Amino acid sequence: MRIKADTDVCIGAGMCVLTAADVFDQSEEDGTVVVLLPEPPADKEGAVRRAVQVCPSGALSIS
Amino acid sequence: MTNAMPEPVTLPLSREEPFDPPGDLGRWREEGPIRPMLYADDHVGWLATGYSAVRAVLADPRFSTETTRLHPPISQRARLQALAKLPGFFIREDPPEHTRLRRLLTGQFTVRRMRQLEPRIEKITADRLDAMEREGAPADLVREFALPIPSLVICELLGVPYGDHERFQRDSTTLLSLESSIEQVREAMEDLLDYIRGLVVRKRAEPGDDLISGLIATGRLTDVEIAGASVLMLIAGHETTANMLALGTYTLLKNPAQLAALRDDPSLADAAVEELLRYLTIVHIGPVRTAMEDVEIEGYTIRAGESVTLSLGAANRDPERFDSPDTLDITRQATGHVSFGHGVHQCLGQQLARIEMRIGYPALLRRFPGLRLATPDEEVAMRSNMAIYGVHRLPVAW
Repeated sequence: MRIKADTDVCIGAGMCVLTAADVFDQSEEDGTVVVLLPEPPADKEGAVRRAVQVCPSGALSIS
Repeated sequence: MTNAMPEPVTLPLSREEPFDPPGDLGRWREEGPIRPMLYADDHVGWLATGYSAVRAVLADPRFSTETTRLHPPISQRARLQALAKLPGFFIREDPPEHTRLRRLLTGQFTVRRMRQLEPRIEKITADRLDAMEREGAPADLVREFALPIPSLVICELLGVPYGDHERFQRDSTTLLSLESSIEQVREAMEDLLDYIRGLVVRKRAEPGDDLISGLIATGRLTDVEIAGASVLMLIAGHETTANMLALGTYTLLKNPAQLAALRDDPSLADAAVEELLRYLTIVHIGPVRTAMEDVEIEGYTIRAGESVTLSLGAANRDPERFDSPDTLDITRQATGHVSFGHGVHQCLGQQLARIEMRIGYPALLRRFPGLRLATPDEEVAMRSNMAIYGVHRLPVAW
């Protein structure tokens, strides 16, 4: 699994951090998404999928 | 759609059961996720009740949230349309203006920043519980607990003196009441803006360590925009959490097994907060969006200029998304609810609200293990007449 994040689209709601805190963070300046683990380990994939699903702005995708 | 379209409905407001959305909404959702709705200005637009339809509209940039484009879903709301467009009131701005304002604010409301406030929120909560204990039962939980906690927190965050809370709470009550006249709404908004503008001028001269001073320091917003954004954050920052704390407590009192579970197991708090948010959905009307071009949503064509009212409460009870949606279950995985909205306008302060609730409910239940309602149910005044649902007062004893 590989995570792609579009910080131009991101609105900094923080849902990804809330859902998968080890994988995502938010920038100190504007709150937009920072991907800590672009290729997350298998045991995080479920949480990452949930994070993609709940993201309000559609900033996250996985391939 | 080739099927005959049902007759337009009007938006129901009264909840037959205090903790459930109006019953019609669920019945209509069973017939289809979207249906025609008659607006207060005789516009025939739409009402969305299905979870995926509601999310689709809220996420779609072809829908606008600007006041001038929106048809009023209910007559009382029509009065609000008379208000001039407020610079900085970002909930009513479309991109790119919205993006510019929100980007200046999101860094202040990240999960990490909000977690840094936890010790302070715990202290504020404990102080309110001490005061309740000192004054003794019965107490109005709204006045003594649910309203002061988020008010104190948002005041500290924005740099608004809490000593002025009677003034801004009176104004925000007028603004949120569906019974206010157009004149009352105008006066309340003007008073609130005057108050905040004065504050902005003072902070420009003497900056503090607070969000309004921080916005001034960016040099990227006018004082008028800062005032508009601050009024929005001040109202949204206390009315919403206050109603969740009070209505959520009332709900738990009616579900004693779940109340006891939450009281005795702090690890349930996160899930309980999400479930109470989903189950109660205190945003009582709308949001509303208007299509800026023809948009197809789940087989329905929303024409340019037509408004869609999104029923968050109906979406959160959609059985296609949540199993046994009408059952309160604080152990379920309720994340994904739309109580904070969806799309680019999803609640800016949601992480703050979550922490206030995650601290507030367990602290209250542990301080007063014998907490109970001090009035018959039929005397609990529900806020069916307000844009944000909840209880006007909640007399409790312990």
